[in-house]
Amino acid sequence: MTAPAQSGPAAPVLEAVDLHVEIPLPMGQLKAVRGVSLSVGAGEAVGLVGESGCGKSITLRALLGLLPVPARVTGGALLLDGVDVLGMAERRRQRALTDAISMVFQDSLTALNPVMRVGDQIAEVPRRRLGMSKAEAHARAVDLMDQVGIPEPEQRYRAYPHQLSGGMRQRICIAIAMSTEPRVILADEPTTALDVTIQAQVLAVIDKLRVERELGLVLVSHDLAVVSQTCSRIYVMYAGRVVEAGQSLPLLTRSEHPYTDALLRSVPDPDATVERLASIPGQPPMLVDVPPGCAFAPRCTFARDVCTADPNPPELEPVSVGGSHTTACVRHQDIDLASGAVSAFVAEKEA
Amino acid sequence: MTTLPAPLPTFDASTIRKRSGERNITLYAGLTLFALIVLAAVFAPLLTSADPLQQNLLQARLAPGSPGHLLGTDDLGRDVLSRILYGARVDLRVGVLAVVTPLVIGSILGLLCGWWGRWFDTIVMRLVDIVVAFPFYVLVIALVFALGQGTKSIYIAISAVGWVAYCRIVRGQVLVAKEQEYALAARASGLPTWRILLRHLLPNVILQAIVYAMSDIVLSILAIVTLSYLGLGVAPPSPEWGSMIAEGQNSLLTQWYLATIPGLCVVVVGLALALIADGLVNQFNKR
Repeated sequence: MTAPAQSGPAAPVLEAVDLHVEIPLPMGQLKAVRGVSLSVGAGEAVGLVGESGCGKSITLRALLGLLPVPARVTGGALLLDGVDVLGMAERRRQRALTDAISMVFQDSLTALNPVMRVGDQIAEVPRRRLGMSKAEAHARAVDLMDQVGIPEPEQRYRAYPHQLSGGMRQRICIAIAMSTEPRVILADEPTTALDVTIQAQVLAVIDKLRVERELGLVLVSHDLAVVSQTCSRIYVMYAGRVVEAGQSLPLLTRSEHPYTDALLRSVPDPDATVERLASIPGQPPMLVDVPPGCAFAPRCTFARDVCTADPNPPELEPVSVGGSHTTACVRHQDIDLASGAVSAFVAEKEA
Repeated sequence: MTTLPAPLPTFDASTIRKRSGERNITLYAGLTLFALIVLAAVFAPLLTSADPLQQNLLQARLAPGSPGHLLGTDDLGRDVLSRILYGARVDLRVGVLAVVTPLVIGSILGLLCGWWGRWFDTIVMRLVDIVVAFPFYVLVIALVFALGQGTKSIYIAISAVGWVAYCRIVRGQVLVAKEQEYALAARASGLPTWRILLRHLLPNVILQAIVYAMSDIVLSILAIVTLSYLGLGVAPPSPEWGSMIAEGQNSLLTQWYLATIPGLCVVVVGLALALIADGLVNQFNKR
């Protein structure tokens, strides 16, 4: 696995600023995303982690401009090369976003059209949108299949999705995502549905393409191992907000938010002789009626009155002056989060 | 970089074809049976020399197996076999046409309803509710009555009522399919809407509608049979299974076969179509 190479990203290709997404429900507005800011530069890999329902996938779909009905963006800005696309007319915005961004989904079986040959699915965009001839698009598709590591691409061109293995199907999905010649790839848990051995191969393919083509990669996962291997920066999300952000290594070794720390502790450590795996007590809050202050406070062992004193959720602030590591914990200077789980993690990462 | 996997076992297109084509006896039995029926209707003049309209009172009510009249003759001495064969032309044509039109109209509307939703969906679905609120035959008979007797009226009437079923089926399927990730992926790659609808959604949602259409052909054959029986269908003396059943009913106790033979024909056509429908489901469930 290649190490995340770049450190200081250039101007971001895609940037979300204080993005809000709400879903109208009978019991009120569900605030799925509550002011998320994130950015990804060319050739940069960033991770978006958090437990189920924290707004990771909705954030991704908002970045792509394809929110499920009836969710909609209710605030913030979405910048593509510094230009806000949310102000554009719908057709133009969609065009701009789909030209620049592609997505790889979690379940490759549902992400492929079951009644269409996989090769045709890859060739479709070059043929329809890039104006290639049938033969050119075919050659292009075969070439892409080769690049994502599909053996005998010419033969497999004619296969239907159900005739390929999960790993092969996910490679096809990656080839489809690449067929639009995107600049940013959004990957929504691309390896969760795969065997562990296949996971590494698929991640390697994504990583190879990222480096070769200077792609921005936003990797959504709840698997910290996957994210830490692939990404140079990580955003930790909880209850629709980014609660901690920074370079992978400092964030994972010296996490400054109790939620990140709790996440790290709930990763099983093969060497530790604990009876039970650490878990986070309680449930994430319902996002219809969000509690005041820090949303994690009710589940946080370090919570004090100060955490919920301000009705507004705490903003991200730098851990050290001028640093890129930020946390939304108001008590981060008072608490010490050194944890055994973390050090095990680091040992694995450095190995 | 992790090394890529070793090449998988050879995999060629012929295995694909073999795998998806094998052991679908149901489909092929149904197709064969239906093809035989269609061929018999098309080549009716070659299969029988008798004129279906030629009356011969001297040879009336001959039992099946009589020389020159394999299935006997009716009250007016017309050859039953030739009336069955020529009747098949009318019944199959009406049955199939009265299904293809609503299948196409209903599927297009259902596709648009499911995809766009909003006001278009609301209007079309209320229209569907109105049509569904009436019993099938009440509406069809009323429409045929208003339009006048004849096959053309039957096409129009059955189409006007039948599209609602397809619209509902396809709409429901689209609502599910459009949230599937492949539809999302197609949108994410910026393909034009018409292409997503026709190339990605339609092939995935149309199967249910086609399977329904198979049983619907039987229904519409039954409808024309019923209408003819009521005297609203094909004008006599044109041969048609429904009117043959109606006429044969009078002599059910003495010449039971006069009503039974055309009735059996309806059953056999229904059987063929049901086999095709089952076979199609089997075929596509493999994917």
